[in-house]
Amino acid sequence: MNQRIEFVLNSEKRSVEPRANQTLLEMLRDTLGVKSPKCGCDRGDCGSCTVMIDGRAVRSCLVLAVEVDGHEVKTLEGLMPGGKFSALQKSFLAHNSFQCGFCTPGVIVAVSELLEKNPHPDRNEIKEALSGNLCRCTGYTPIIEAVVAHAGREE
Amino acid sequence: MADYKFIGQPVLRVDGEAKISGAAQFVDDLEFGPNLLYAAIVESTRAHARIDGIDTAKAAAVPGVVKIVSGRDFPFKFGLYMHDRFVFAQDRVRFVGEQVAAVIAREPAAALRAAGLVKVRYSDLPLVLNTEDALRSGAPLIHPGLGEYEHVPWFFPRAGTNIAHFRKIRKGDVDKGFAEADLVFAETYTVPRYAHCAIEPHGAIGLFDHAGRLTVWTASQSPFTQRHLFSEALAPLGLSHHNVRVITPFVGGGFGGKAGVSMEILAAALATSVKGCPVKILWSRAQEFYNTYQRQGVKATVKLGVKKDGTITALEETLHWDAGAYVEYGANVVNAAGLSATGPYRIANVKIDSVCVYTNLPPGGPYRGFGYSEFIFGLESHMNEAAKKLGIDAVAFRRKNAIRPGDTLAYGAAMNPSGLVECIDRVAAEIEWDKKSKSVDPDKAIGKGFALFWKAPAMPPNAASTVFLKFNEDGSLNILASAMEIGQGYQTVMAQIAAEILTVPPAKIRVETPDTDRNPYEWQTVASHITWGCGKAVERAAIDAREQIFDLIVRALGKEREALYLEAEQVKSRREPGWALPLKDFVIAGIVQPDGTYRGGPIVGRGMFMPEFASASSDPETGQGGHPNVHYTVGASGAIIEIDKQTGKIKVLKAVLAVDVGKALNPDLLKGQVTGGFLQGLATVLYEDMRFDDKGRLLNANFSDYKIPTAMDIPQEVVPIFIETPQPDGPFGARGMGEHTMIPAAPIIANAVEDALGVRITSMPISAEKIIEALSGNRQ
Ligand code: FES
Ligand code: FES
Repeated sequence: MNQRIEFVLNSEKRSVEPRANQTLLEMLRDTLGVKSPKCGCDRGDCGSCTVMIDGRAVRSCLVLAVEVDGHEVKTLEGLMPGGKFSALQKSFLAHNSFQCGFCTPGVIVAVSELLEKNPHPDRNEIKEALSGNLCRCTGYTPIIEAVVAHAGREE
Repeated sequence: MADYKFIGQPVLRVDGEAKISGAAQFVDDLEFGPNLLYAAIVESTRAHARIDGIDTAKAAAVPGVVKIVSGRDFPFKFGLYMHDRFVFAQDRVRFVGEQVAAVIAREPAAALRAAGLVKVRYSDLPLVLNTEDALRSGAPLIHPGLGEYEHVPWFFPRAGTNIAHFRKIRKGDVDKGFAEADLVFAETYTVPRYAHCAIEPHGAIGLFDHAGRLTVWTASQSPFTQRHLFSEALAPLGLSHHNVRVITPFVGGGFGGKAGVSMEILAAALATSVKGCPVKILWSRAQEFYNTYQRQGVKATVKLGVKKDGTITALEETLHWDAGAYVEYGANVVNAAGLSATGPYRIANVKIDSVCVYTNLPPGGPYRGFGYSEFIFGLESHMNEAAKKLGIDAVAFRRKNAIRPGDTLAYGAAMNPSGLVECIDRVAAEIEWDKKSKSVDPDKAIGKGFALFWKAPAMPPNAASTVFLKFNEDGSLNILASAMEIGQGYQTVMAQIAAEILTVPPAKIRVETPDTDRNPYEWQTVASHITWGCGKAVERAAIDAREQIFDLIVRALGKEREALYLEAEQVKSRREPGWALPLKDFVIAGIVQPDGTYRGGPIVGRGMFMPEFASASSDPETGQGGHPNVHYTVGASGAIIEIDKQTGKIKVLKAVLAVDVGKALNPDLLKGQVTGGFLQGLATVLYEDMRFDDKGRLLNANFSDYKIPTAMDIPQEVVPIFIETPQPDGPFGARGMGEHTMIPAAPIIANAVEDALGVRITSMPISAEKIIEALSGNRQ
């Protein structure tokens, strides 16, 4: 039997009945129409499906939908307060920290988690935080630059 | 130098807000409603076998299954340059993973489960897994029907063999050249297969509606090529270009992997079997590795003749390409490499055989660099060895032999304007080539490497770009083109070109992704030709619009035409300093006359570009006589690396790439191509490598076993340098450089390893194991 779950998605209470074997990524994309998390590998290798559960960045392709019952889920859409670009997003824009943009939602979520825990990371900490997010286009440097510039500004 | 407002400026990307906000839609993000069906593929488990039968009874009984189809339902061939690929395998399979049948179901899980229940009976045929076996006399034939296949006139297949194309280049007299040389030596270099690994997998949705129209949404670099190939392949079903439409949203990385047609043919074909229902097919990451295109492997034998003073007298190269089971696109990689395998050198006597060989491995095809990344490894390794053997500095040797504008290319045409020598000098200075670095740590060795590179767009001579440019009521603009935004920033650059001419800022210009019914023709977004070719079309469309505007001002207001100019979104006149007419006041509405009538109306610019000087006709025995390449973009590169002698690990301390881009239209975007492309190339030389077993099965079809670089793997420093020798027919003098940044990575590392350790490694990748083996005395 499918189980009804209640959770908070991007500050809104949701109630869903996911299939028992449905992943969080599938539920977000297919059932709820939240498309910013992308599926690049479906096995935890690429990070393009990264979302936050209770403030922790996770790969939504590795989490079952039923597991978020009672928890808070945030996708990139939920990281734009009042629908406005965050300072981090603006820094991504200014530094061309994306090319095709497929990895970008996952990357921004991963970086947001880092900055939550460590508002002024150094380059190595940034690289480590990004190491689970594959980007085939940018060579990562422009992403690191955006984070450095952003984190520096907050000092 | 001209004073530009938008050209050459670090203009922000016009697709930026969509991409940092999650608003950008990729093909899997599109919604098709509850009637959407899903397809799963039955894949060949054999690399070479006859199909004796397909039993679908069990699969058909799975709840939710709508339809099962196989080769019997679609006995059609297709291909871009050579018609050798099949919608579904017919009488035989030729690689592991090839599509044999498909199940269409209401749910993805049902389709997948049913596909697993389809039973295919095979009789094994002898396997051909490498070029040596394929070229042996009496080798099993992978395409016995090769002699019947249609192909472009510049291919030379050999019926009755596994040679799909044989590109010959003969210039001067190599025997004489070798006789004149003081030193002649040869070496063989091998490069394995590689995967593109765009993070977005391939996907396509087809809908054949009840009116008989086929629409296919794809993740593609080539919407018009797809429409053309779908129409050709499915013509027996009554389809033609008129009733086939391809729509391509943003693409999550291409690198050549999404050029042409690979799995998308399935969505097109399957849709025709479930009329009225959209049907979606998404490749898994594993399928992405083994059933799209792979970069072809190559075995290159390079023989060079040089005089004591460093003059190259002759070059002979034999390139055997492992092109895989189908070469409809890949044979052109072989062709392009054959034309240009001299590298950017002036060499009087040249003999090149570039041979496209069928094997029972997945189809090879285009990958960023298009054959050049592959041959440059051997060629530039060999150039270093030549310099070393002669006791000449490796940079001085290259500088002496570097190709100059006007020099005769291997196929007889003249070299275009380019600043290769300046590239060489700038890189040498930046990596302090004249200073030998030494590690203070005895466990580490430091080495410097240097290499040249070049690449021409590989295109049919009539590859064209077309652009419409339309104004909106507020004076903003839409550019309608059919190039693809695959990450390179093409939309932004097109906006900059139009902005420069029409004075409308790029932020007010939209460049939407294509729909073949609405956007005009573009050949494909490949070959690094879009900035140049499509850019030229945009320039012409903008000039066309500007001329219409001036004509109208003359006609409606009686102004003097020669005095008119555009500035800050207004028409102005040098004769009347006080007068200005904002574009938004008339580009849609027209200009009102004293009697209340209007003149003008919506302004729509049109631009087209086709390189009318290009020609692929040449003598098959010598390659002489045509003008197959429109121009080359050249460059030089260097690196400083540190090798850990205990672990064999290589760290790139600094890499420098100088590229002659003609004109840097957007320096920030160019920089992005350097950091991204160089890392992609670096991974091919350090660790990426496709591994197959003796049954032709790919062993590492995932990101844990086929490692691509993470943020932890980037070089310490990458320095891009842009040289600007204008390309006469390019927009504002620009030429392309998107692929080029990947090309030199392998030889600069190989040469730096040689510099650091004194060992020459002749096979890629140059893994830590190979370094350790080399250090313990086993020459590779
Ligand atoms: S899709 Fe989840 S990690 Fe790749
Ligand atoms: S921007 Fe394309 S994968 Fe990161």
